[in-house]
Amino acid sequence: MLCDACKKENATVYLTQIVEGKMQKVNLCEACASEKGVDDPTGFALADLLLGLGSQEQVKKTSVEPTCDLCGFTQTDFKKTGRLGCSSCYSIFGEGLDSLLKAMHKGTRHVGKVPESYAETKNIQDQLENLQEELSSAVTNEQYEEAARLRDEIKNLETRLSEPQGGH
Amino acid sequence: MMKFSTLMRKPADWMQGAGPHSDIVVSSRIRLARNVRQIPFPGWATKDVRNGVLEQLKPEMEGLPEMKDGFSSELEKLSSIEKQVLVERHLISREHAAKSGGSAAVINRKQTISIMINEEDHVRMQAIRPGLQLNATYELIDNVDSELEEQVGYAFDGRLGYLTACPTNLGTGLRASAMLHLPALVLSEQINQVIQAVHKIGFAVRGLYGEGTEALANLFQVSNQTTLGDKEVEIIARLEKIVQQIIQHEHNARVKLLEESRTMLNDQIGRAFAVLRYSHIISSKEALNLISLIRLGCDLNYYPEEFRAVVDLLLMEIQPAHLQIEAKKKLSPEERDVLRAEMTRRKLKMLPEPDNVDNSAASGPASDQLNHPDDE
Ligand SMILES: [Zn+2]
Ligand SMILES: [Zn+2]
Repeated sequence: MLCDACKKENATVYLTQIVEGKMQKVNLCEACASEKGVDDPTGFALADLLLGLGSQEQVKKTSVEPTCDLCGFTQTDFKKTGRLGCSSCYSIFGEGLDSLLKAMHKGTRHVGKVPESYAETKNIQDQLENLQEELSSAVTNEQYEEAARLRDEIKNLETRLSEPQGGH
Repeated sequence: MMKFSTLMRKPADWMQGAGPHSDIVVSSRIRLARNVRQIPFPGWATKDVRNGVLEQLKPEMEGLPEMKDGFSSELEKLSSIEKQVLVERHLISREHAAKSGGSAAVINRKQTISIMINEEDHVRMQAIRPGLQLNATYELIDNVDSELEEQVGYAFDGRLGYLTACPTNLGTGLRASAMLHLPALVLSEQINQVIQAVHKIGFAVRGLYGEGTEALANLFQVSNQTTLGDKEVEIIARLEKIVQQIIQHEHNARVKLLEESRTMLNDQIGRAFAVLRYSHIISSKEALNLISLIRLGCDLNYYPEEFRAVVDLLLMEIQPAHLQIEAKKKLSPEERDVLRAEMTRRKLKMLPEPDNVDNSAASGPASDQLNHPDDE
């Protein structure tokens, strides 16, 4: 019988292990056995060995999982812990979360308290959006005085937005 | 700042104060979960990052007007018994007590407000008050939250609300709970029906110390499970309504016990009295369950009502960490059982014997109090 790893030498080490309720067998030559650390039975897991023999390792390395830029949290981490890594994770895993949120909450949209600084920013952003619309219609209607006034107003709001808000 | 020994000497407000429906509702509690924007949540952050959050937040919290002259400590600087005392008083969670590096607790002088830094979220703040007063309790913690939001850049999203480590807390980050004493529903074996009904409408029922704990002393915590999609006041109003209904069921069960199972009730309360007054070794579990019956006795005129305050304090004082602080040393479980029995004997010395209570005389006032149609 040939060695399952190198497929060259004769196998002299026969291993059997129960993994997830299924019996698995691996036959190895002396050299491969010691390379895989089989001579230390406590530190040896057949599953790892089998994974190493297959192509799975390569698949794992090439497939890119969604990962949070800010904190390095991955989809797998989320599946494992049921928690997220940081507040930015929600913008990365957020889409996949919707069905989960539907099942666990009354709704998927927050309707409660809003921090004041957020409310202010939101208010300015909404105003800006409206002004931009007014501006473009003023331009198409050739109301240049009105357009100039709107531009000033927009500039004003934009500087307010870029100012740092709140304490530290 | 307040020392631990001072905190220990002063019982928390909710442990002795009376509030609306204090006979059945021991306390009302509201907790809010908040995080600092752009910083990994405590469970995923490195120790350095956690320490950074702690260093930023702790002074801000200590500086809040509500927290003036309060207690504040890093958990690393507390002994395991001291942390356990805070758990027994519901000032920090069991999960928080298990944390060490980078975590802290900031508690106000009256022990009505406590802020946990680096629990599952960067900030978990709660207010707790005696009796059923969920709205007033929310107001208390809502103010603290509004003050903090000026100092801390909260992680907030227009659609998902306050962003939390666990998606189950998204949105309001609010958990409202009421601690209920329901001995008559337990004695009349209706409690499981009540629990199932509450579950069915999406609220949780837990034991004395939260998730997965046993219902000791016939105490049950009822709380909301959903946090996203409702306003804070709506969540609280729904809990309030549920609690009002449970109060009604407990009252009815008490009236029924007085009418139909008077002898059983006499026996239970009499046995509780005997064991608590004369035993020399008593476990925490047995003591809690028997003290619960004495509390019921206070509500049903077996004992003068003023004893309820003594009994409520005793529920806290006989718990393991409180006992060990009192003894000023670490005690083995066996030693604790002896000290506990000593304490209950001493504290209940003034309690009159329940079998001195004349049945007919007792049923009068008790029944009046419960609006039971008297047939005398
Ligand atoms: Zn080989
Ligand atoms: Zn992240």
